Amino acid sequence: MTTAPTTRESPGGTPGGGPAQARPAGVLHDCVSVFVRELRPVLRDPFSLVFSLMQPLMFLAFFGPLLGGMTGLPIDRAFQWFVPGIVVMIALFGTAMTGSNLLFEIQSGAHERMLVAPVTRSALMVGRACKEMVPLVLQALVISGVAAFFGFRPSLPGMVVGLVVLAVFGVGLGALSYALAIVSRNRDWMFWTVQQGLLFPLMLLSGMLLPLEAGPGWMQVLSRFNPLTYMVDAERALFNGQFGDPSVAAGAVAAVVVAALGLTVGIRAMRNSI
Amino acid sequence: MSTPPIISARGLSKSFRGPGGRTVEAVSDLTMDVAPGTLTAFLGPNGAGKSTSLRMLTTLLRPTGGSASVCGFDVARQPAEVRARIGYIGQKNGAGQYQRVRDELLSQGALYGLGRAETRRRVDELVEALGLGELVRRPTMKLSGGQRRRVDIALGLIPGPRLLFLDEPTTGLDPQSRAHLWEHILGLRRRYGTTLFLTTHYLDEADQFAERVMVVDRGRIIADDTASRLKSDLAGDRITLTVDAGPAAAVAAVRGAADAAGVTGTAPEADRTGEVTRVVVAVDHGERVLPALLRALERGGHTVRTAELTRPTLDDVFLRLTGRSLREEEPGVPGTGPAPEATSVGVPR
Repeated sequence: MTTAPTTRESPGGTPGGGPAQARPAGVLHDCVSVFVRELRPVLRDPFSLVFSLMQPLMFLAFFGPLLGGMTGLPIDRAFQWFVPGIVVMIALFGTAMTGSNLLFEIQSGAHERMLVAPVTRSALMVGRACKEMVPLVLQALVISGVAAFFGFRPSLPGMVVGLVVLAVFGVGLGALSYALAIVSRNRDWMFWTVQQGLLFPLMLLSGMLLPLEAGPGWMQVLSRFNPLTYMVDAERALFNGQFGDPSVAAGAVAAVVVAALGLTVGIRAMRNSI
Repeated sequence: MSTPPIISARGLSKSFRGPGGRTVEAVSDLTMDVAPGTLTAFLGPNGAGKSTSLRMLTTLLRPTGGSASVCGFDVARQPAEVRARIGYIGQKNGAGQYQRVRDELLSQGALYGLGRAETRRRVDELVEALGLGELVRRPTMKLSGGQRRRVDIALGLIPGPRLLFLDEPTTGLDPQSRAHLWEHILGLRRRYGTTLFLTTHYLDEADQFAERVMVVDRGRIIADDTASRLKSDLAGDRITLTVDAGPAAAVAAVRGAADAAGVTGTAPEADRTGEVTRVVVAVDHGERVLPALLRALERGGHTVRTAELTRPTLDDVFLRLTGRSLREEEPGVPGTGPAPEATSVGVPR
């Protein structure tokens, strides 16, 4: 397989002193480097994004009509309510899983290799978390496009603002997932147990699939402690063009809080990730 | 020595909290200086503290005691400065499984703050030097173990480090891949004068390639010298002869012959098998002693049936130092024959 190494000149700044020496590049540059690294496999294999849309598509196909039937609404009216919730579902499932990639890179040597590089530790978290925005937004656009065939008509400015808010939320959730991966690096079952254990209660207590108004009072109380509830409400308002709705501001605050909390916890975890 | 050491450790220690709250000392009191341009091997069994030492020197682990400076910077207080100057090839694979080979190499350049053009130049060069040409567009999970290891080496070389740490670089590779890898590592050293510091539990690697071997056991350096000096000082050569005589006569004959050949202080050991006696004698520079010994025995009228010279291995050194063998598959058993006694080593220097 291998041939003898060909003799050529030095790879850069080794003893003779080549043009550019390795050096710390600064936090911002590091964030971009990590972001680009994380994004490359997605761009190389964009089909993986479509494939991971199977689950939300199932909900769209088999749950949406059910909802329409139950409420007596026509499908396009039902989708005006239902699709924004599915968009939040994409954000939830995609970003909550993302820690598994880091978990795998910790268990292989890739993470260790990057820790020896002169990269700011916080950038290793921020770059990764920011990448979460990209698949999330792309997938939300695909789902909205599919739903449009069935009469879904979002407000375009509302959708743009909604996706920005959701992207911020996704950064926070992604960071939390990465933090969970770091904490469970020596026992990977813990990652999946905690992740699955939180995912479904969060989803069901957000009113994502069915209106919570139909549930008992204690569920409605619990849902008020779930940041996802504010996201769902805000996305519903925004996708329907109701910028003035108080849920929009509440959702934006929830997104920023989750992002700040996630990054704080995540960066701290990253500093102790070996 | 006029040049300052590239690695300098003083009392470097690392203890972990083990199961049951016990403190486990993984590395105790590591003190050493490593000169630039050298190839040093850390040799020891699994769990001896080799990797922990390396991880402290590469800033991955914070020492719990002592200090170390690498490339002139303190590993605990100036980790970023250290990181910018070293390369590291860990025990496990450094490339992400979904990453394509070339993408991962480009990312590595960015992580080391190299400009885009410079990164490309180095990537192209390393791809060629390591024979990765047809693999660059493949995700690393589709590569074989040996191919992945070559990607690891390339990743470690992207920063063009003056000092490269390698943690068990060839473990798990087939002999051919191991040989290729060493060819690359040594070629690298010839071309760039890189200082290499590696851990290994392969005796032959430390023996063949390292100028300096530090034997590590239970978190401590128990010997530190060139491989050949470690072997001659701690194990020595062994000459095994079968002589046509009874044990007493054979020993007397060999001792007499050794004296005549100028070897002093030999203590031959004998065991009789049938008509002949096998005599083992520990000497230095066995290759010079053996012919003289044979001539002397012949002059004395003795018939020598067989003569064998056994060179010591680093395993003999380790056995001598610890009473245990490095080879896990044959615990406590030395290579061949009885272990030479230190007092029996005759020394014509």
